[in-house]
Parts: sequence; C-alpha cells; structure tokens
Amino acid sequence: MSADQTTLAFDWSCRVFADNGCGFPSPGLQSFLFKPMFTVGGLHFNKPMLLAILSSLVVVGVFWAAFSKAKVVPGKLQMVGEAGYDFVRRGIVYETLGKREGEKYVPLMVSLFFFIWIMNLWSIIPVAQFPVTSIIAFPAALAIVVYLTWMILTFRKHGFVGGMKNLTGYDKSLGPILPLVVVIEFFSNVLVRPFTHAVRLFANMFAGHLLLVMFTVASWYLLNGWLIPAGAVSFVMTMVMILFELFVQAVQAYVFVLLACSYVQGALAEHH
Amino acid sequence: MQLTQQLVQLAAEEENPLIPPGPELVIGLIAFAIVFFFLSKKLLPNINKVLEERRAAIEGGIEEAEAMKVEAQSVLEQYKAQLAEARHEAARLRQEAQEQGAALIAEMRAEGQRQREEIIAAGHAQIEADRKVAAQALRQEIGRLSSELAGKLIGEALEDHNRQSRVIDRFLDELEEKAEAAR
Repeated sequence: MSADQTTLAFDWSCRVFADNGCGFPSPGLQSFLFKPMFTVGGLHFNKPMLLAILSSLVVVGVFWAAFSKAKVVPGKLQMVGEAGYDFVRRGIVYETLGKREGEKYVPLMVSLFFFIWIMNLWSIIPVAQFPVTSIIAFPAALAIVVYLTWMILTFRKHGFVGGMKNLTGYDKSLGPILPLVVVIEFFSNVLVRPFTHAVRLFANMFAGHLLLVMFTVASWYLLNGWLIPAGAVSFVMTMVMILFELFVQAVQAYVFVLLACSYVQGALAEHH
Repeated sequence: MQLTQQLVQLAAEEENPLIPPGPELVIGLIAFAIVFFFLSKKLLPNINKVLEERRAAIEGGIEEAEAMKVEAQSVLEQYKAQLAEARHEAARLRQEAQEQGAALIAEMRAEGQRQREEIIAAGHAQIEADRKVAAQALRQEIGRLSSELAGKLIGEALEDHNRQSRVIDRFLDELEEKAEAAR
C-alpha cells in the first residue's frame, strides 16, 4: 500500500453546517489502514506492528518486574502479577483441563491471555488508540499457534486413525447418519474452528474500534449550531463506549484463551 | 477533498479485512514468541518455585504450630499433675504437723507432770530433812534445858554426862509415847 491511500479519513474542517461541501467523515475500513512508518530490511513497519511489538515488551516487562526477583513474601507488583497469573492458571486452565493435565499448558495460556489483553487495551490508550487485534493478521497468528498445538496433540495422543476419529466425532452407534456427522464434524472442527477462533476476537475489536471512532468523530462533527447538544450526547456515548470496550477487551482475551483450553482438552480427551 | 476521500474509500475496498497481510502475520508470531519465550522459560518457572516455597513455608508453619500445641498440652498436664501432687503433699505435711504437735503437747504435759512430781518429792524430802534436823536440835535443846532445870531443882549437878543423856532420852521417849497415845 502506498502513502496516499492510507490517509486517515478525518478532516478537521468537516463540521455540520460548515459550507465546505464535505459530509460526515464516517469511519470505515480506511480507519484500519496505516501508512508504513519506516522500513527495516524490506519490512514496512506500521502502527499496528509497532503496537504488537510494544505489547510483547509490555507483557514481558511487567512480568519481569514482578517475577524476576520473586520473593516468598511478595511485594506489591509481585502480588498483582500473582493475581493475574493465578486468574489464568486456576480460573481458566485448571477449570477446563484439570490441574494434572493442564499444568503443561499454563505458560502458553498465560502468554496468550496477557498478550491479547494488552493488544486489545491499546484501543483506549491515548496516542495509541488502536486495538492491534482488529487487524486480522494478529488474531490469526495466535489462532494458528493454538490450532497447531491441539492438532499435533490430537495425532500424537491418538495416532492417525484415532486422531481422525477424534476430529470427526466418529461413533458407530450413530448408524446411517454417521457419514453425515463425520463430514460436518470434520468441516466444523478442522476447517472452521481456527477461522472462527481468530475472527471472534478480530470482529469484536474491529466493531468496538469502529464504534469508538464513530462517536468520537461525530462528537466533533456535530459540535456546531443547534446540534451542539447532539454532539454532547455523542461525547457521552464515547465515554460509555470506552468503559464498555474496557470490559470487552478483557472478555475477548478471556474467551480466546478459554476456547484454546477447550480445544486442547478435546484433543486430549478419549474419543468414544 | 472529495476526490481524495473517494480514493481512500476505493483503496479500502480493495483490502479485504479478513485476509491477513503477510508482514503483520510474521510480526504477530514474533511478538507472541517473545512473550511465550520469556514467560515459559524464565518468569513462570520462577514464580512457580516461589509459590511452592511459600506453600511449603505455610505448611511448615502449620506443622510447627501443631507441634507447639501438643507440647503446650503436655506441659499443662505436667503442671496439673505437679499441682495435684503439691496439694497432696501439703495436706500430708499438715496432717503430720498436727500429729507431731499433738505428740509434742502430750510429751510436754507428761514432762510437766514428771517435773511437778519431782519438785513435790524434793520438797517433801527437804521438809522431812528439815523436820529431822529441827527435831534433833529441839531434842538437844530440850535435854539441855531440862537437865539444867532438873539440876536446879535437885540442886546437884548432874555431872555424869552419859547418865544424864540416858535420862533425858528416856524422858523424851515417854513424851513421844504420850503424844502417840493422845493422837
């Protein structure tokens, strides 16, 4: 993409009743396109990429500060870190996989949760103001990691035939509808699952960001003439949406990790 | 203005938001790999070790408290036993002291009795001896007086001392006999 295509469609002069011929600069897909900021070795870095890398630095940095010199009697930061760690470990992994089976997958799930959460959180951080996960590539990368994990686990545990039976819900007692079930299950589990896993997160953050941009732009656009009260309403909505997004960001990170756990659990489960 | 906006919109429509761009995919994987590497290799094992240590410390504390409780219980029982023993001992000592006191009083009473009797006996003996001495002295005095009197009456001196005392003795014996008879 070139620079002139990716100008953020926001013009300060666009106001209601302003006689300059421009309408409401409604946010759209163009709100999710960014100019490359700089190029390193043929790789064009743009804002979401930088934020993604910054997210990993923030997660590692905070956990480093909290856990690198962990003490039996914890400091404040370590206490907070432990609470977060315990939330994912006990609240998600142990709940779905059990303590014995799940222990191995705790690092993966903890990394996923906090990485996704911080990437989502950029949405309401001033200056950043963009959820990295609303670019499909980032949820897709994580969904691929999860997909590979549970696919490899399935075949390693059950072998090829057992693994296929596990993936297709093969069950002789189904009788004549067995072929149908096998086809549907295979389609649902092997093909659709990683797609929905990534898109669920992507679409939530995408929509959330659109709403935020929409109300923010509208607050400015309506701030003219007798529509000023409408602008005020839009501003209040922006504040409400920020709070709502704060909630959605955490929930989506939680859901993504919960689903990852349940996929792993399905891979480890005995097929019937 | 409108033209640029249309251009932007056109460009956006060409991009399908559901098709992941390659570079972003790579960066996403690398960023996640960084997080996963640090957390799984260093930081989470670190905190797991500390949590395990803490659990051990807490369990150790509980065990210690348990042991102390048991010890306190045994010490308490020991004290109770000692107290009971001390009470018993005190009662026994009191009893003994009472018995000893009674024996002492009885002994002292007996001693007092004995001393009293001794004193009385000594007194009696003294009185007897005094009486005897007095009687002796009286006899001699009476003998001398009566011989003097008799000499005066008879007019002759009774020189023969032996004879004189025999007479006196006889006289006195007669007196005593008379006294006995009179009693």
